[in-house]
Formats: sequence, C-alpha cells, structure tokens
Amino acid sequence: MSISNFPYLSLLLFFPLIGAILLAFIPKKDTLIIKLFTLVWIVIEFLISIPLYFYFNSGTYNMQFVENYSWIKSLNIHFFLGIDGISLFLVLLTTFLMIPAQWSTWEAIDKKVKEFNIALLLLETGMLGVFLALDGFLFYVFWEFELIPMYLLIGIWGGKFRVYATMKFFLYTFAGSVLMLAALMALYFIHGHFTGIYTFNLVELAKTPLPFKWQFWLFLAFFLAFAIKVPIWPFHTWLPWAHVEAPTAGSVLLAGVLLKMGTYGFLRFNLPMFPDMSRLFVPVIVIVGLIGVYYGAWVAMVQPDMKKLVAYSSVSHLGYSMLGMFALNRIGMEGSILQMINHGISTGALFLIVGVIYERMHTRLIGRYSGLAAIMPAYAVMAGIFVFSSIGLPGMNGFIGEILILVGVFKKNIWYGMLLAPAAIFSATYMLVMFRRVFFHKPKPELVELSKQGKLKDLSLREFSYFIPLVLLVFWIGLYPNAFLSKMHTSVNHLISQVHREAPAENISMLTGGKR
Amino acid sequence: MELVVLLILIFPLTGFLINGIFGRWTKPLAGVVASAAIVSSFIMALAVASGYNSLPFDHIYYSWISSAGFSVPFGLRIDSLSLTMLLVVTGVSSLVHIYSIGYMHNDEGYSRYFAFLNLFVLSMIILILADNYLLMFVGWEGVGFCSYILIGHWYKNPAPPKAGIKAFVVNRIGDAGFIIGLLFIFTHFGSLNYTAIFNNTSTLSVSLATVITLFLFVGAVGKSAQFPLYVWLPDAMEGPTPVSALIHAATMVTAGVYMVARSHILYSMSPISSEVVASIGALTAFFAATMALTHTDLKRVLAYSTVSQLGYMFIGVGVGAYWAGIFHLMTHAFFKGLLFLAAGSVMHAMDGLLDMRKMGGLIKKMPHTAVVFIIGALAISGIPPLSGFFSKDTILAEALKLNHPIIWFVGVVTAFMTAFYMFRLIFLTFFGKSRVPDEYHPHESPAVMVTPMWILAALSIAGGLVGLETAHGIPMKNFLSSTLGFPPAAVVETNDNLLMIISVLMGIGGIFLAWLMYIAKPSLPAKLANSVKVLYSGCKNLWWVDQIYNFLFVKPLWWVSHNFLWKVVDVKLIDASVDDVGFLSAFTGKTFRLLQNGFINSYVTWASLGVVVMLGWVIYSGGIR
Repeated sequence: MSISNFPYLSLLLFFPLIGAILLAFIPKKDTLIIKLFTLVWIVIEFLISIPLYFYFNSGTYNMQFVENYSWIKSLNIHFFLGIDGISLFLVLLTTFLMIPAQWSTWEAIDKKVKEFNIALLLLETGMLGVFLALDGFLFYVFWEFELIPMYLLIGIWGGKFRVYATMKFFLYTFAGSVLMLAALMALYFIHGHFTGIYTFNLVELAKTPLPFKWQFWLFLAFFLAFAIKVPIWPFHTWLPWAHVEAPTAGSVLLAGVLLKMGTYGFLRFNLPMFPDMSRLFVPVIVIVGLIGVYYGAWVAMVQPDMKKLVAYSSVSHLGYSMLGMFALNRIGMEGSILQMINHGISTGALFLIVGVIYERMHTRLIGRYSGLAAIMPAYAVMAGIFVFSSIGLPGMNGFIGEILILVGVFKKNIWYGMLLAPAAIFSATYMLVMFRRVFFHKPKPELVELSKQGKLKDLSLREFSYFIPLVLLVFWIGLYPNAFLSKMHTSVNHLISQVHREAPAENISMLTGGKR
Repeated sequence: MELVVLLILIFPLTGFLINGIFGRWTKPLAGVVASAAIVSSFIMALAVASGYNSLPFDHIYYSWISSAGFSVPFGLRIDSLSLTMLLVVTGVSSLVHIYSIGYMHNDEGYSRYFAFLNLFVLSMIILILADNYLLMFVGWEGVGFCSYILIGHWYKNPAPPKAGIKAFVVNRIGDAGFIIGLLFIFTHFGSLNYTAIFNNTSTLSVSLATVITLFLFVGAVGKSAQFPLYVWLPDAMEGPTPVSALIHAATMVTAGVYMVARSHILYSMSPISSEVVASIGALTAFFAATMALTHTDLKRVLAYSTVSQLGYMFIGVGVGAYWAGIFHLMTHAFFKGLLFLAAGSVMHAMDGLLDMRKMGGLIKKMPHTAVVFIIGALAISGIPPLSGFFSKDTILAEALKLNHPIIWFVGVVTAFMTAFYMFRLIFLTFFGKSRVPDEYHPHESPAVMVTPMWILAALSIAGGLVGLETAHGIPMKNFLSSTLGFPPAAVVETNDNLLMIISVLMGIGGIFLAWLMYIAKPSLPAKLANSVKVLYSGCKNLWWVDQIYNFLFVKPLWWVSHNFLWKVVDVKLIDASVDDVGFLSAFTGKTFRLLQNGFINSYVTWASLGVVVMLGWVIYSGGIR
C-alpha cells in the first residue's frame, strides 16, 4: 500500500495549519475570498481524510498510517501519529463537521472575518492532533493548543456575556489539563521506574499495567481532566455558558468534537492503562452517568433558552456514552463510540438549527417564538429531523447508539440497564416540547409582520445545502450502522481485552521491591 | 417471493418519498399517488396470500446491526398470523387512503398528510413482518412517530400538537418496558429472532418468562391504550378522522395484541402474565365503557369504545385463546374503521362539529352514512350474524371455558354497556328531532368517501363468517393455529347455546335501553343522572384520571426540575461552588486584562505549578527511587 509510505496523517494534520498561514496573506477586506478559500480548503481536507476509511484495515488492532519521528530525544518524546478503529471515526467526524460549521458562518460573522477563519483552521489542526497523537506529550500539546482558538472564538465572536463564559470555559478545562499534565509526568516516571522504559508512547504505556496503588491515583487525575471535558455531571456547568455565548460554529465544534476529546481520553488513557482501577470504578461512573442522563434531561426540560436546552441535552447524551463505555464489554463500547459520533452529528446539527433562527431574530428564547412551521416550512422539516435523531427514533442514527449502550449496560448488570431504559421518555419530552413551542400553534403577530417584510425567510440555499450531508449521515448510520461498526470491532475487542487484564504478578513484586 | 414481499414495503416508501420531498408540486395528485401505493401493496399482499402453501416465509435481506453477538438482521417473516395482519392493514389502509382523498381535499397540508399516512403504513408493515423483536420495535416506534405527526396535523391549533406529544410520551413509557423485556430476551437467548427464541424455550424458567412477558406487556399497554396508559388515545382524536379510523382504531393500537399473540409461546409459559393480560383487558374494557356512556363528543365515544374493545382482545390473548384475540382484532378493524369513517362523514357534513347534542335526525340528510353507521353499531354490539357477534362471543366463551368466570361476567356486562352507548350515539345523531343549528347544512358525502364505507360495511357484516363452525372446524381458527397453536382444551363444561343467547340478549337489551332513554322517554337520562350523581359525575369527568396524573407526575416533575434541580442544584450549588473555587473568582474581575496580556504567563505558571505539585507528591510518597 503506497499510502503507508507517505506521511499521510501529517498532511492531514497540518493541511489546515497551512491554510491558516496562507489566509494571512489574503487582504483583510476581501472577505468573500477569505470565506471561499477557507471553505474550499476544509472541503479538500475532508476529501483527504476519506481514503482513511477505505484504506483502514479492520482486521488488526495495531495502529495504522503510523508515523513516528523522534522529537525531544532527552525525554524520549516522539512525534508519533496513528489511528485505530476508535480514533478513525472521530477524525472523520472532525473533518466532516468543519464544513457545515464554517459554511454556517458566512453571514453570521461580519467582524474580523479573516481572524475568525484563521482561528477555525487552527482549531481544526488542534482537534485532529488530539485524535491522531499517540505520544502522550504530543497529545497534551494539542489538547492545550486546541483551547486557544476555541477561547478566541467565544471570547471575540461570542455573545453578551462572552467574557465570563470564556473565562469559565478556559479556566475550568484548564484546571483539568493541568491535572492531566501532572498525571502524564507522573505516569512517565512511574512507568519508567517499573519497566525501565521511560516513554510517552501511548501504545507502549498501555502494554504494562501498573501496580494498583499507582493506577488508583493516576486514574483519578486523568478522570478529573477528562470528566471536565466530557463533561460528566457534576463538572458540567461551564458547558451551558460556553454554548450560549459561543458563535454557532463554535457551539457546533464544541459539542460535536471538543467534548468527544473527553470521552476519547477515557478510551486512550484510563481504560487501557489502568484496567484494575477502571473495573473498580464502574459503580462510580454508573452513578454519575445515570445522574447525568436523567439530570441533564430534566434540567433541559425547563430551559427557556434553546441553546441551553441543547447544552443540557448533551450532558444527558454523553452520560449514555460514559455508561456504555464502562459497561466494559464490546457491545456497550461500540455503542458508546457510535453515540459519540451520533451526538456530534445530531447536536452539532441542532446548534446549526438554533443558529439559523438566531441569525434572523437575535434571540434564542423559546418563548419568543411560535408557529414557525407556517412561516419557515423547510426549516421546520430540518429541525424535526434532527429533533427525532436526537430523541433516538429507530431508523435514525441516535437509536443505534442508544440500543447498543442499553444492551451493553444490561449485560453488565441488569439493574443498571433497567435504570437507564426509562431515560428515553424524558429525552422525548424536552425535545418535543421545545419543538412544539417554537414551531407549532399560530405564529406570533410580530413574526408574521417580519415575515411579510421579508426579514424572516425560510432556509436559504446555502443553509439548506449544509444540512443535507448531515441528514444523509443521520439515515446512513440509522439504516446501515455496520458500515461504521465493522471498522471498530477489532480495536474495540483489543481494548476490552486490555481492560480485563489483571495487574501482572511481577508488577506486584516490583511494587514491594520498589519500596525500601 | 423475496421481491414480492419487499415490494409490499417499497410501494409505501416510494409514496412517502414522492409526497414528502416533492409534495409542493405533487399536491393535486398526492392523494392518488399515496392511494395507488397502498393499493399496490395490498395487491402484493394478496399475491403472497395466494401462495400461502409455501408459508412460513422467512428471509434476511441484509445485516442491520452487528456487534459482538448482538446481531440483528433486516429479516421479514410471513406466516398465517402476519399474513392475516398484513391483509387487514393493507386492505383497511387502502380504503382509508381513498376515503381521505375526499375528506382531506382543500386541506393545506394535503401532501404532507398523505406522505405520513404512507409512512405509517410502511412502519406498520415492518412491525408486522419483522422476524425479530428489534425490527418489530422499529415499526413499533415508527407508527408512534407517524401517529404523533398525524395527530398534530392541524398544527396551527394549540390542542393537536399537545395531543401528539402526549401520545408520543405516554407511548414511550410503554416502550421503556418493551425495551427492558427485549433486553431480558437477548441476555437469555442471545438472539432476538422469533424462531431462535421460540425453539429454545426449554431453557427458559417460568419466572424469567414471567418477567419477560410482563415487561413486554408494559409496551402493549402503552401502544394499545390499556389501563393505566390509555389516556393518550382520547386526546389523539385531535387528528383528522381518517387517521383516527386507521391508526387509532383499526391498526396501530392493535399492535400490542399482535405482539402478545406473536409471543404466545412465552405468554403461555407464564400463568401469572397471562392472568395479568386478561385482567388488565377486562378492567380496561369495563372502565373505558363507563367513560363512553356519558360523553357527548362523537369521536371520543368511539375512542373510549376502541379502548374498551382492545380490552376484549387482551381478554382473548390473556386466557390463551390467541386466535380469538386476533379474530376480534380483524372484525374490529372492519367495524371500528367503518364507524370512524362514518363519524368523519358526519363531521364533514357538519363542518367539524362533534357535539351530539347539536345533531339529531341526520338520517334524512345523509342516509348512506346513517345506514353504514348502524351496521357498524350492530356489529360492535354483537348482534348476529354481523362480524362482531362471532368474535366477541368466541372470546367470552373461551374465557368461561378456560375457567375465568369473573372476566366472562365483566365482559358480558361490558357488552351490554357497549350496545347501550353505541345506540345512544346512533339515536342522538341520526334519529329524533333535528337539533342542528341553522348555520350548518348537513349533506351526504361524495362517492369517494361513501364507497369505502360501504366496502367496510360489507366486511363488517360478512367478516365474521370465517369464524363459523364448519365440518372441518372453524376456518379462521385452523388458519391461525398453524402459527398460534390451538387453545388449551376447555376446563369448564359450558352450554354454548346458552352463552350465545346471553350475549345476544345483552346486545339487544342495551339497544332497547338506549331507545327507551333517548327516543321513547327523553326526560329519563336527566332523572337518572340525578339519582346516581356520584357515578354520573365520575363517568362524565372520566374519573378525573388526567387530573390525577397531572397532579401526581407531570406537575411535580416540572416543578422539581425547574425550581430545585435547575435553580438550586445547578445554579446555586454546583455552579456557584465552581465560581467560588479560588482561582475563578479571583480572575473573573480581571478578565479583560487577562484577555489582553496576562494569558500566556498565567498559563505557563499554572501548568508548571501543577507539575511541581504532582512531582513533589510523587517523590514525597516514595514511590520512585
């Protein structure tokens, strides 16, 4: 395969960065060229990422498309990239979601257009880096790097309380990453001590589980870092703020991709590296996960602001993902990964939906709307599709993830499964009540007035066209999920076998030997 | 055969896509396109039926979900049970589609209506033909979704969308139970395929069978509107009347009965579950009938009547006479579909008016509608030789033979009430002096609506004959028994002729009482209402069930979520404590400065500080040396 000799992932990773640099040379006032250039650039980036799916060998759990160069010799830090069946779809999700995210900003962003698009491209490199990096240090670098453009997106192009929201977002997630860096360092030294190999190589680190005592502390540190990012209840309160204040593109990428870094972190660090602790920790995750699922749904139910509603629904949906993951079996794990993708698609699309109406009316308060279905029928249909995709209607993507998670969790423990199953009642409630209040009944007089003046138009061709690919994905995953699941099987299998390892005996003797 | 069966699904799918996507342009033809699609499906179903010697048919079209032993194919199965359902569903759907062309003409959402009516039929066919429980659930939720959309068809009014949500959410409560049952099945059998499950029941303990069937039944209670989850069905009458006829009477709501019959091997393993099914059925049949007694809304009387008749079907499948339940399902589809279409015809004539107090004497204005309405009412009242007589009598006789005397008694009393409220409706609507306000000009409906009604009327009359005893036994029973098995032998000796006479007398008695109260002595109802005030106001106010649910569940959940979970836990407890965590509150005041220049410095400072702390701890604790 010729693709393996070519530094394909580096190309994928740095292509947006190159775009950002090129953008710098385009004059500020040529906003149309800037927007068009960026769009074309990220479409090309998406096209570059597609062969990954076709050339991906689903028969092995080994990392593929690997590139490994020594970077900082003294600390054995490498520039090490690669993907497996777990990161493959997160990479594709990222390159895919960039397109509607950028396309949605063509009219919404009118100040500092150039800087905005540069930030978007930098963000793409940052996000891809997190999913591609296989060296812990490199992972950390991208983890932090991605924060900066997102911080700018909210802080400069955000809403009224953007400063407060930005600080909250930044410091909250930053507190997590500090902890992660510390844990990473500790992992480096402890692992080196026990095995004699001082390395940040994530594959290597996962090979030998540490003695339980070290698993315990390191697991907790990584747990906190990732829990904030996901976010797992009760670390979620930064999320509604960040979403409400972020511009639409920011919300789409925040919900669609950034939150997945948290769940991805669990898959890359906690589960394979600290298997004993992972198994021990299951009840804790189940409790906070179940609380998150119900709490998110109930609080979403009473939100007056559409974006906050969708933000709380994320807490609920990602609670599912965590539960499926910590069922520690293949079905639950595959459901969990699929749920990440689904959440990226559905929730990303819902933020785009909110963005459409916000651009026209500059309010997201549900109470300000009614009867939009009569004024904007195409928009109502689009919103309906994503509302039901989020509810998990069979035939659409959400259902597949949820049912796999339910089966996995039920297999783990009947009671966990029985507690989780009724949650679907409430996801239907909050979404449908919002949908009814915004789209049904008679339109408010002022909305009718605006519509007559031509200020409240139905979806434009541009808006329509960025929804279409999302709709296709919703049904593709819903009707033929095997196209996605089949690529995951081997990697998930391997991860599950790693989680079910016992700490080896030598390690325990090493522990006693290590002590004076 | 594979292709023919697939075509049954492809026609309605195509109809949905055409009207759904190009509805704006196909609008004048939407009804014709949709009807053609369903009639084609019906013809394909007939083609399958003509080759029924080769049944059961079971074919896997593609692998839908596959993950670590959890593999669910898109597979379809046709046996005598699903073939019966398929013919009923596509047949009645065809008639309702054609009727709708007349009923819905000039409607703003004409093509949307037909698109979702097609999608409904597609979902219903998937529900029936699925060869495993998860695919059945796809249809199960799919019909619920279409029901939601079609109930809320007139979305500009406030009530229909609310009724749609109520239907969807209450159904989801049932679905949660269904899913749990499905999870138990999968964990025990490692498969959700009917054949794989039913051939391996020897490994299943009675207690697990009870757990599985009870949870599955929760789903049936939701979908088939049984007590205590029936509350959505009366509200569903906000939808267009043909939708009520098709979805909320003839097909969708019978899905629960079909599911229990489909799982009969599991249900027959568990006496407890079967008893629960039969008892809930009897309770619902009686309870819903009381609510139909006093209602003045034409459609809602029919809605409660549907709930009540579904109760009969559950008595049938609960006592073990599965074929009888399906038999009643079929005849009910004919006569209740007919009654709703006829009610729609009345509404059509009365500009949507539903209050029976403002009707009367309509038989002169719309003779066809009146006659078919009476045929339907006679059928549901169990007057021989109409279809309802055979199926209802079979269920009641089986209940008694299989030693359920109380359920039999409740069923007989309910039969009396049924005849009474149906003919109360008939007399109030079609007979006596006209009370129609002057601004209304009732008229007979066009042929496109009357013809389907007459076809259903013919089926309501003759549809029961397949339940008639012949030299080779009962044809319907024999046909279904290849899938459902024969019911257990009678436990109690009964005099069949006597039973038959009792049921007929109940029907005639009910009709007579209605005649007495609403034609002969119109002053009687008010007097009676006064003398049994508590009972009357209970019936009249539907036993306050909606209010009780609101008070117990809906309001508290909303209040707690808003005032406690959000305002207190989220805002005051979690978020405020986060803000108070030193660094954040310290920085919020100086954010602007930080944004400008303090950023990189503090970043590095914190990062390195963290590393120092962590490393210090590692070294201090002596783990590394």
